[in-house]
Amino acid sequence: MGDWPLLTIVTFLPLIGVLAILTVQDDDAIARQNIRRAALFATSMTFLVSLLIWASFDPSDPGFQMVEKRDWLGGAMSYHVGVDGISMLFVILTTFLMPFCILASWKSVEDRVKEYMIAFLVLETLMIGVFTALDLVIFYVFFEGGLIPMFLIIGVWGGKRRIYASFKFFLYTLLGSVLMLLAIMAMYWQAGTTDITVLLDHDFPAGMQTWLWLAFFASFAVKMPMWPVHTWLPDAHVEAPTAGSVILAAILLKMGGYGFIRFSLPMFPLASEMFAPFVFALSVVAIIYTSLVALMQEDIKKLIAYSSVAHMGFVTMGIFTMTTQGVQGGIFQMLSHGIVSGALFLCVGVIYDRMHTREIAAYGGLVNRMPWYAVAFMVFTLANVGLPGTSGFVGEFLTLVAAFKVNTWVAFLATFGVILSACYALWLYRRVVFGTLDKESLKSILDLSTREKAILIPLIVLTILFGFYPMPILDVTAASVDQLITKVQAATAAAQQTALIVGN
Amino acid sequence: MYSAIVFLPLLGFLIAGLFGRIIGDKASEYITSGLLVVSCLLSWIAFFSVGYGDGPVEQVPIATWITSGALSIDWSLRIDTLTVVMLVVVTTISALVHIYSIGYMHHDPSRARFFAYLSLFTFAMLMLVTADNLLQMFFGWEGVGLASYLLIGFWYHKPSANAAAMKAFIVNRVGDFGFSLGIFALFALTGSIGLDAVFAAAGDLQETTFLFLSWDVNALTVICLLLFMGAMGKSAQFLLHTWLPDAMEGPTPVSALIHAATMVTAGVFMVARLSPLFELSHTALTVVVIIGATTAFFAATVGLVQNDIKRVIAYSTCSQLGYMFVALGVGAYGAGIFHLFTHAFFKALLFLSAGSVIHAVSDEQDMRKMGGLRNHIPVTFWMMIIGTLALTGFPLTAGFFSKDAIIESSFVGHGAAAEYAFWMVVIAALFTSFYSWRLIFMTFFGKPRASAEVMGHVHESPRVMTVPLMILALGALAAGVLFAGSFIGEGYGEFWKTALFVSEENHILHEMHNVPLWVKFAPFVMMVAGFVIAFYFYIMSPETPKKLAKQHDGLYQFLLNKWYFDELYDVLFVRSAKWLGRFLWKQGDGRVIDGYGPDGVSARVLQATGWVVRLQTGYLYHYAFAILIGVAALITWAMFTGGGAN
Repeated sequence: MGDWPLLTIVTFLPLIGVLAILTVQDDDAIARQNIRRAALFATSMTFLVSLLIWASFDPSDPGFQMVEKRDWLGGAMSYHVGVDGISMLFVILTTFLMPFCILASWKSVEDRVKEYMIAFLVLETLMIGVFTALDLVIFYVFFEGGLIPMFLIIGVWGGKRRIYASFKFFLYTLLGSVLMLLAIMAMYWQAGTTDITVLLDHDFPAGMQTWLWLAFFASFAVKMPMWPVHTWLPDAHVEAPTAGSVILAAILLKMGGYGFIRFSLPMFPLASEMFAPFVFALSVVAIIYTSLVALMQEDIKKLIAYSSVAHMGFVTMGIFTMTTQGVQGGIFQMLSHGIVSGALFLCVGVIYDRMHTREIAAYGGLVNRMPWYAVAFMVFTLANVGLPGTSGFVGEFLTLVAAFKVNTWVAFLATFGVILSACYALWLYRRVVFGTLDKESLKSILDLSTREKAILIPLIVLTILFGFYPMPILDVTAASVDQLITKVQAATAAAQQTALIVGN
Repeated sequence: MYSAIVFLPLLGFLIAGLFGRIIGDKASEYITSGLLVVSCLLSWIAFFSVGYGDGPVEQVPIATWITSGALSIDWSLRIDTLTVVMLVVVTTISALVHIYSIGYMHHDPSRARFFAYLSLFTFAMLMLVTADNLLQMFFGWEGVGLASYLLIGFWYHKPSANAAAMKAFIVNRVGDFGFSLGIFALFALTGSIGLDAVFAAAGDLQETTFLFLSWDVNALTVICLLLFMGAMGKSAQFLLHTWLPDAMEGPTPVSALIHAATMVTAGVFMVARLSPLFELSHTALTVVVIIGATTAFFAATVGLVQNDIKRVIAYSTCSQLGYMFVALGVGAYGAGIFHLFTHAFFKALLFLSAGSVIHAVSDEQDMRKMGGLRNHIPVTFWMMIIGTLALTGFPLTAGFFSKDAIIESSFVGHGAAAEYAFWMVVIAALFTSFYSWRLIFMTFFGKPRASAEVMGHVHESPRVMTVPLMILALGALAAGVLFAGSFIGEGYGEFWKTALFVSEENHILHEMHNVPLWVKFAPFVMMVAGFVIAFYFYIMSPETPKKLAKQHDGLYQFLLNKWYFDELYDVLFVRSAKWLGRFLWKQGDGRVIDGYGPDGVSARVLQATGWVVRLQTGYLYHYAFAILIGVAALITWAMFTGGGAN
């Protein structure tokens, strides 16, 4: 098994599912059920195979593992994939969440089921590819390719303003990416290769780093999304179908943070150092500003979308402290947010499927008829608040600890987010779940079905498990992050020395 | 054994929480209460073996929690005298409250959930007091906050309960804001947040200054003040106290356990636990004294005029917590913890008795609708009398020893802050006595003011409720005599060992035994005076207080409305945050970012294309005319530039 091309298998396994679905020609109830089953089977298999990646991953090795490389276009670029401690868990997160997305769409999507499932499976391949790619061109293809199925998912299966939302999403993200493409070409002309492993050791001249950093930043900041380029996210979330929201919040947002750790920090360390205060400022603004905005939302999904922006603020802040705790905390926060925000959107989906509204005011007193739901929603709300003992706490704590060391103002202001998150999350919970159930329309609402329990219970377990015992994640990321930090620090130290010599 | 003490309540929570529906309410009650009783017995064993034996500080490792770079945090239990004192307090009160609740809650449809929450609270509180590092303490800290949130909002159909639960959680988060910054600062400066490592570095921190925000400040002082902010939130001290009275929306056993005996004392515990840090920062201790003294006075004044039986006791709790902080602030840590210990018994007793009263008068809490209950519920009456005697510091009851110790220590404390504190706590002692007896007289004496129907139903509570009261009464009477010697007397050193740190210059415990006679008698005089005034106002001449309230209506309203803190905070924080949120959403996101960003750009593009469209009129002569002008322009341009070259 050791020489199986595991990563390639995992990446393209969903496409096999697509082939299987394409063989179904009819469009009756049975055919749709078969399509759903095939999609569920394909994603589950992908998840199981991806577990082999985790099993054969050696956490003590900081470099890339399970590397595969084939030349392409005469060696100018190559199909080059591999994972290290930074990317491996994102692959697992992707494959883990996909079956839940399929299950969440089981009943709610009745229209064009075939195309819907194909879009999701293609999306899965592209997302995994982003995290495994070790060649800039491949990375770019996967990174941008993911936009297309997402664009379709929002635009075709979305809500009332889906067209507006999908175009906003597409244009925002594409605009950032154009600059990244230019940067990639510049890097090729400078370093003579698009191989990420080589580029990681390449020293770009300081002046060039600034421009490259900015170009990459444009793309990643939109993806994160950072303030003030975040306004596409609430619209996209609100209009997307439940599973689309889950993928958007849980995985697509993580590509920005991943990009910062994979490219910006190690390849442009001097620029990162220079721009760190700028990123801190944006992060802190994001945390406070979007938390306050979240407080006043009237739409449940919008509220969670704004809270995602605030949580991503912790991630960017942590990453650009360029310390072990900050980067590890950032990674942890992303993984945890992947589970928690995904789960929150699933929770919204549960009641949306029943009532077809996301207005907070339309709910109230759900606990009276939906005790199971109340428990699940409570756990994720608390994780969103960052209560110790849930996974949401660990990432927040690590990033804040790191930020305090670098700049007390940043930590001081960012910690306000901890108060504000409690305000908006608990207020939401109170308005939706607590109280008496006196709205006529809610009187017959049903509690979680078996399918919904099967979706939410594993997520609850993980949320609490990683809160009490986050070591499985921290262990995997430790070696690679350490190496990254050492490299960045060496680079900045060397630059300072040169500056001293030149200065003399 | 220590693990068993801490984890048995967790087991109870899991059983009642996960399987409560399957095994039923009765089984959930018995299982959680039974486990708590076991945990309580083990705690007493631990108390005697650690406090009166010669066991060293013991650390029981359980698992790793977070490791990242230089930061390494474990789950582990720290066992010393301070821990076992808290273990005894927490498990004893919790076990009795569990048993009492079997009777008190027997009408409630979701008892399994209630008992699960109670056990969850107990587990979190035990994690807090056994913490060996600050993050685990923070875990327990937020854990008890969660349990408190869930229990205050237990009756979720009541909007007031939901609001109170949220308020409690959020105000506590404000305190935790400081607590977490303190933790970050400790890690940044000492590289660890384990208690031993931090204590070892305390001396260095005292000498260090660091750049906090934009100011160069003394490291130790800032850290202590930040951590104290957490303590203020949890212990409902002045400025962060607003949540505690509202928390009375929860069931009464919850008020007794969480909002009187245990959780609210977590702040006191924290300062005592970190005595090696606080002791070295004079500034921080001064702040502790001032806040404590102000709270003791402020809460007592508000307590004077409240009419809800539970709110009176709640303000009393708030005031007594102020006393404890005064003791800590002047360096008499033993006295502070001793008052925590005795207060747990008599305040839990008062709350549970109040619960018994409420139970008897069909869930009425307004004292103006009670009265004359003495002969109807004699056991409850006598229990309440014992609690009141202990609270007001009647000689030889528990409160007499601990409260007088605090008043004396504040007298011998150094500096203007201690002097301020002394007068505040003496005046508060007068108020305490007045509002406590006022409560007794309004509830049990005089003519019944309840409707005949309610009076017809008045009945003494069942055994399962009165027996816990009796046990607590025993504690309220005897805890002082039995333990004063160890906590604050000659057995101090042997009992506390290294758990409480006092610096070389701190002789306060010695000095407080040599205060002038008038200081020793001051609390007693205040107690008698309070009793006499209350007796005059509510037994002899019930018209006087009403007249007095009319005469000084401004002052009366000011006190009745709790110094208008809720209104002030509502304007300052709640409304302004909502306004700001809406402003940023509609103006910031909507008008500025989207307006100039995507929507603006697409509008401009549409506009531009609109112009282009308008040019394409379809009339031949328009196009011909345009071509003509173009050609003319080209020729002109060629003539001027090209022509000149030759």
